[in-house]
Amino acid sequence: MIGFNNVSKRYDNGFDALSRINFEVESGEMLFLTGHSGAGKTTLMKLIMLMERPSNGQIVIDGHDLGRMSKSQIPYYRRNIGVVFQNHQLLFDRTVFDNVALPLQIAGLPHLEIGRRVRAALDKVSLLEKERLNPIVLSGGEQQRVGIARAVVNKPLMLLADEPTGNLDPELSEEIMTLFRQFNDVGVTIMIASHDVELLKRMNKRIVGLVEGKLVHDGVLW
Amino acid sequence: MKSKRPSVSTNRPSGADNGSRSSTRPSTGATRAANTHARPKRASESESSRSHGTAQKGAVQSKLRFGDKFDAYITHHSTSAIDSLLRLLETPLQSLMTWMVIAIAVALPASLYIAFANVQQLGETWEGSSNISVFLRPDTSDNKADELRGRIAARPDVAKAVYVSPAQGLAEFKAQSGLGEVVDNLDKNPLPGTLLVTPRLQNTSDAAITSLEQMLVADPLVADVRLDMQWVKRLQQIMMLGKKMVFGLGGLLALGVLLVIGNTIRLAIENRRDEILVVKLVGGTDAYVSRPFLYTGFWYGIGGGLLALVVIGIGCLWVSTTVEQLANLYESNFRLQGLGIFGSMQLVLLAGLTGLLGAWIAVVRHLYHIQPR
Repeated sequence: MIGFNNVSKRYDNGFDALSRINFEVESGEMLFLTGHSGAGKTTLMKLIMLMERPSNGQIVIDGHDLGRMSKSQIPYYRRNIGVVFQNHQLLFDRTVFDNVALPLQIAGLPHLEIGRRVRAALDKVSLLEKERLNPIVLSGGEQQRVGIARAVVNKPLMLLADEPTGNLDPELSEEIMTLFRQFNDVGVTIMIASHDVELLKRMNKRIVGLVEGKLVHDGVLW
Repeated sequence: MKSKRPSVSTNRPSGADNGSRSSTRPSTGATRAANTHARPKRASESESSRSHGTAQKGAVQSKLRFGDKFDAYITHHSTSAIDSLLRLLETPLQSLMTWMVIAIAVALPASLYIAFANVQQLGETWEGSSNISVFLRPDTSDNKADELRGRIAARPDVAKAVYVSPAQGLAEFKAQSGLGEVVDNLDKNPLPGTLLVTPRLQNTSDAAITSLEQMLVADPLVADVRLDMQWVKRLQQIMMLGKKMVFGLGGLLALGVLLVIGNTIRLAIENRRDEILVVKLVGGTDAYVSRPFLYTGFWYGIGGGLLALVVIGIGCLWVSTTVEQLANLYESNFRLQGLGIFGSMQLVLLAGLTGLLGAWIAVVRHLYHIQPR
């Protein structure tokens, strides 16, 4: 599902965010990406989302060589990947429902289908009764769940989450992780960037560890 | 591109079954690439075309019928159109100011155009009645003059020839000039006999007129020939110049409209930057993101055009009574002509298209550069 082959990323200012990264992720796997801030977690996610292009090496996602993907194909490619951000990236000029519906509207689904899927996704994150509210009135945990609902509503093959529990208390992070695990159970490949060591221990999943842009660990715990 | 995707999407399930490792993917990928994409294929790049094909396969995640996609496309157009209009109406004062700026920029050349169109219309009526005045020698008798008139009238390139005797001419002058008393004090009639020759309309080419003129001059009874057409021609030339100025001014002001709308759209894009980023992250194409802004520009143009019509209408109403009185003084039943329904529609549409163009320029310059980071 994800293949990194000798991938390096040097930013224009000369900073080496990633150097010679190699790893593979099978379809349906769930793994954590860890390291201190600045270790390259976010850069790695951005490379997968094609928000950045690698300076060197090859990235293959679900059979697509990202290096060969043209600019016009990027939007269609991104529709296969759900993303959850630490800061949710919700739009406060519309309701929870409309936030979650956005990927489906973009993909051009029929109106009824959108309603059905959005409610299913909101039901999954237990926010169905709040669909008419503006996300600004929701709590941090609820906002994060709206973000997750938006990320999964398009039934993506892969879910990326960048510090999804960054500013949530342990109880809420547990809740979020349970959600991720449920999606993983139905076959979605899930990659979560987190530096929360306690959380990593609890989850006991494969961990890819980055230090200063180098891959220093790959496996269950260390 | 759009029409290609549905056939791709129907291939999706088999693609999913094939698993995810592309490098060993069987030939389905390659044939799919050949079937679904028009990209020029180089012989050495079978692998490239294969990965390209798989990229296409991945392009559509859910199975969608073409009809559904088309419906969604139309729906997005209509919702973008309505949303962007509602957005403009949400801030009425701000929008009204932009509309006013556009309206003034549109109304200025448009009213100049109306003015010239009206003058031109006047010119045309004059042109129709344009005569050649043939002044006869003072000693010509009425009989001889009438005989000459008959000869001229018989020519194929002459529509009409009318003899105005010196006495008639004096009477006319007395009636029209308001100098009756002065005329009464004259010892003898200073006016020569005159033939008013109207050329046939289809023969009004320059060469035909000149040959007619030469023939008239050659007659021993004729003292002088005056072409009334000359000044009509000059008027036409002046109006041509005026028209060019209107178009030049119109072009400059259209450029102004483009800049105003471009700048307004740029601000709108900046205001909605977060939204644009999120939409692009969840797979919105540039076309999808730019659609509402293009509609906003279109509405700015249409609104400005409509306001311009109001401005022009008020202007015409304001001027028309004066024009009417002036025309009455000249014993003319000339009346000011406005743009008319067709012209008005053209004006509004033109303004709308200018707005669309301005928005498009802003979108290309600014929106496409907003990329998620």
